[in-house]
Amino acid sequence: MDRTPHTVPRKSWTFSDEVNSEIRRAAATGIYDIRGGGAKRRVPHFDDLLFLGASMSRYPLEGYRERCETKVTLGTRFAKNPIELDIPITIAGMSFGSLSGPAKEALGRGATMAGTSTTTGDGGMTEEERGHSAKLVYQYLPSRYGMNPDDLRRADAIEVVVGQGAKPGGGGMLLGQKITERVAGMRDLPQGVDQRSACRHPDWTGPDDLEIKILELREITGWEKPIYIKVGGARPYYDVALSVKAGADVIVLDGMQGGTAATQDVFIEHVGQPTLACIRPAVKALQDLGMHRKVQLIVSGGIRTGADVAKALALGADAVSIGSAALIAIGDNDPKWEAEYQKLGSTAGAYDDWHEGQDPAGITTQDPELMKRLDPVEAGRRLRNYLNVLTLEAQTIARACGKSHVLNLEPEDLCALTIEAAAMAQVPLAGTDWIPGKTGF
Amino acid sequence: MQVIDLATTPLRDMNATLQAQAKDTNMTAWEVQNPKGAHAVAVGLDGPLEVTVQGSAGYYCAGMNKDATVRVTGSVGPGVAENMMSGTVIVEGDASQYAGATGHGGLLVIKGNASSRCGISMKGIDIVVHGSIGHMSAFMAQKGNLVVLGDAGDALGDSIYEARLFVRGSVKSMGADCVEKEMRPEHLELLADLLERAEADAKPEEFRRFGSARKLYNFDIDNAGEY
Repeated sequence: MDRTPHTVPRKSWTFSDEVNSEIRRAAATGIYDIRGGGAKRRVPHFDDLLFLGASMSRYPLEGYRERCETKVTLGTRFAKNPIELDIPITIAGMSFGSLSGPAKEALGRGATMAGTSTTTGDGGMTEEERGHSAKLVYQYLPSRYGMNPDDLRRADAIEVVVGQGAKPGGGGMLLGQKITERVAGMRDLPQGVDQRSACRHPDWTGPDDLEIKILELREITGWEKPIYIKVGGARPYYDVALSVKAGADVIVLDGMQGGTAATQDVFIEHVGQPTLACIRPAVKALQDLGMHRKVQLIVSGGIRTGADVAKALALGADAVSIGSAALIAIGDNDPKWEAEYQKLGSTAGAYDDWHEGQDPAGITTQDPELMKRLDPVEAGRRLRNYLNVLTLEAQTIARACGKSHVLNLEPEDLCALTIEAAAMAQVPLAGTDWIPGKTGF
Repeated sequence: MQVIDLATTPLRDMNATLQAQAKDTNMTAWEVQNPKGAHAVAVGLDGPLEVTVQGSAGYYCAGMNKDATVRVTGSVGPGVAENMMSGTVIVEGDASQYAGATGHGGLLVIKGNASSRCGISMKGIDIVVHGSIGHMSAFMAQKGNLVVLGDAGDALGDSIYEARLFVRGSVKSMGADCVEKEMRPEHLELLADLLERAEADAKPEEFRRFGSARKLYNFDIDNAGEY
């Protein structure tokens, strides 16, 4: 028997089990990996920031006795009818097609009970959603699936989607398994086709054209509706400045942790900037143009807790938007379906093959039997509860910082735990007054 | 005939006036004077109006039209009749890019030429161009009919779905998944009707038909080079 000592087997960090499994999958299939969700890699995020709170130099507000307002108004620049929300948290655009009808209904119910808005997606407006959403933002996408002037006029706001954080520069994707008769009818597509939406709008190119497109949309809707422009986290300073130039009332800025129904994994993980890195350049663009708080900024991409909400607002956002978290709140990736996730080769918390339409939770599917698993009334209540918790948490932090409105939070209330986060958020590294790139160490 | 002079009437007032006409109005005949290249002229109309735009208009003329007939005596900028739902839009002159983009229904007639991306993402609209069309026309065209009496530019019908394309002249090149198809009797009948409604002097037999090979409808690794 060989008694020579051996080192323990050592796996490569570069060629990890996960990397190797993807190489084998690619070699076997010849096609890139497609999945839903946002970036899964660890990137600097709100967790890397802390609030300082009040002490000798700042007065806190009484946690249970003094008011801390949360109402926000979106679309005050040009629209006759700005949107008034009770909370600074909206539901992001997610399409009928990628989500089931009951899931869209649940999002509308939950948002309405919490006093906020929900948003359509790349598939048109459904009656479930319009009927259950007191405030509905209608997305205007490159595909223009289901687009029509009647729905434009039924909307409470219009969101021109230029990009999204999961795939800045990419178009929508909905594979054939989910193009049922109803989805195909709404999108004017053959049933079962792999739908790949265009990445650019068909009738305008660049901000000069977009300014005219927005003029047309305002003329069609009588200048009543706030016009949002949604951009992915690519070049936030310039994207926001050009959105202002193009005539936006509201800008939605979506970082790379923001989800998608389906796209290439390589796109999700390697294109776009973290949400944390996008906010300050965006706010600076608004400030440089004298438009901060006049053109409202909604930040999305990885918002999970009231602390995240408060941190985004402190960095200068007027509101945040949630997509992935809202789906989890209504039942996505719930461990109660673990046995079924295992059958699909996944596990609760990791299931992201939303494009295959076999979601055990009945949310990212068009399968009639799976859809029945989601009770839209109960799921709506769960979303309402979750939104309430986010709001209460953000208020708790705002009061501790002495703020009577969550929008009064400011960068001065924050410090960073890492040099990277300090540089991105442009707040001091904890225990120092050093802001990398801004102040000397 | 009601007259709106854009030299003295703001765009907003002009569109609001036309949009406010009830579906059963008896004031159906309107003339818009002095458009002088203005954008978003006669957009979002919803009723059986007969609107004549005297001159040339800019971007998105007659955008999202429903039921109305809009006739432009001059030329139009990009996106004429974009996302039209129904009705008729007639341009006596030429049209710039994206004519009839994403249109769901109705008839768009261009008496002159149309530039690139004519009929892009069309979803049921009928488009008849008396002249020629530019490159990338009918890109991702989903439904409807595009009839061209002249020539078609590069990459006609790239990534086309179920729209039908009829070209009398030459086609510089076809885009991915676009092929020439057999002209059957039902297509000749359809063409005859469209040509008549578009006041076009041409015979259906002079056209060739193009459509989707449907090879890109579902991903196939052997077609990866086409994506």
